[in-house]
Amino acid sequence: MDEHFSTLIIDESTWCSLSEACSLCRVDDERIQEMIREGVLSPSGSSAQEWRFGAQELKRIQIAVRLQRDLGVNLPGAALALDLLDELERLRNLTKNLDITG
Amino acid sequence: MKFKDYYEILGCKKDAGQDDIKRAYRRLARKFHPDVNRDPSAEERFKEIGEAYEVLHDPEKRKAYDRFGSNWKAGQDFEPPPGWDTGFDFGGSRQSSAGTSDFSDFFETLFGGHTFQTDAGPHFGQRTFTAKGQDIRAKIVINLEDSAAGSSRTITLNRTVPEPGGRIVTRPTSLQVTLPKGIIEGQQIRLEGQGSPGHQGPNGDLFLEILFAPHPLFTVRKRDILLTLPVSPWEAALGATIKVPTLGGLVDLKIPPNSQNGRRLRLKGRGLSSKSQSGDQYITLTVMTPPAKTQAQREFYEQMSRIFPFNPRK
Repeated sequence: MDEHFSTLIIDESTWCSLSEACSLCRVDDERIQEMIREGVLSPSGSSAQEWRFGAQELKRIQIAVRLQRDLGVNLPGAALALDLLDELERLRNLTKNLDITG
Repeated sequence: MKFKDYYEILGCKKDAGQDDIKRAYRRLARKFHPDVNRDPSAEERFKEIGEAYEVLHDPEKRKAYDRFGSNWKAGQDFEPPPGWDTGFDFGGSRQSSAGTSDFSDFFETLFGGHTFQTDAGPHFGQRTFTAKGQDIRAKIVINLEDSAAGSSRTITLNRTVPEPGGRIVTRPTSLQVTLPKGIIEGQQIRLEGQGSPGHQGPNGDLFLEILFAPHPLFTVRKRDILLTLPVSPWEAALGATIKVPTLGGLVDLKIPPNSQNGRRLRLKGRGLSSKSQSGDQYITLTVMTPPAKTQAQREFYEQMSRIFPFNPRK
């Protein structure tokens, strides 16, 4: 209970470089580049040195890794699942909105 | 220790073929994967499914498990008979095919114990002798009030701990976690070194993902708090000052005269604000009309219909 450990909040103020994103998500940079080529991620910045990954990007990396590991899907499959999950989230928020006006 | 019926968990018959086992596992894993299924209870279910598959898809482990016979029921108190695993060797064969890190005591007693689990799954390159422990992810459900004011929470995790001699046991561990003001759903808190133990390497990390419990009054969208406020026709028409609930307590809200049903008003900064980001509260008015029950009330409405040249459909 009295253990001390450092905590990191991953929120809107989080901006990771490529190497920071790699160590946070436990992947190598080749894997992240592959995700960028697949259109799973779009970090800000125009070159690998300038790339900055926000909380959303980091989460997409983590989810893509887990889906591939746990469900045996490949990267395009994980990308599709991620997009559908986003769409689901959007629709859920829309329903929330209907609840208050309807 | 409680007996676990792995066949029941996967919804398979005892004589199911390896293909059936795999199909059942994949189907359930897709359904209960914590990234796909929002329900916090899916996490536990997903772990259980992974554990069942870990045993049943491995012919050696399955044969050993089947030795217990079919008289055991899930949840029954269970101790393995001495020498039950004679002729089997599970050492080093344990792989994290499901990405789970903390299997049940039942599993650990029967099949665990000898090997350290690392993050070196099939997609992580070679297994090396020293390895950082696996990262663990867990969802925590908090109230909107926790985020609005900041809070702290004690969480209890069943963690695998290596004992002297190499055995791995699961043990409940409590951690005190600070929830910063303005943390919102979907965001994560990383607790460094609080994941699975490493094998002669550092521990993995623990990632807590925030979920909000449903609130009786408010709904939330990102950092904004939404509230529906019923008002009377005269409050809407004449304007009024009404006390409305916010996460920080009651606040006076000015209803401008001639407000219509559905009008949205904003209380700036009354949402979930963090150090760097600010959230607002939005109030949507619902005008309620009082039913005309008495003679006097009916006459009043009739009088209104004469005084107001009003057709809501035009």
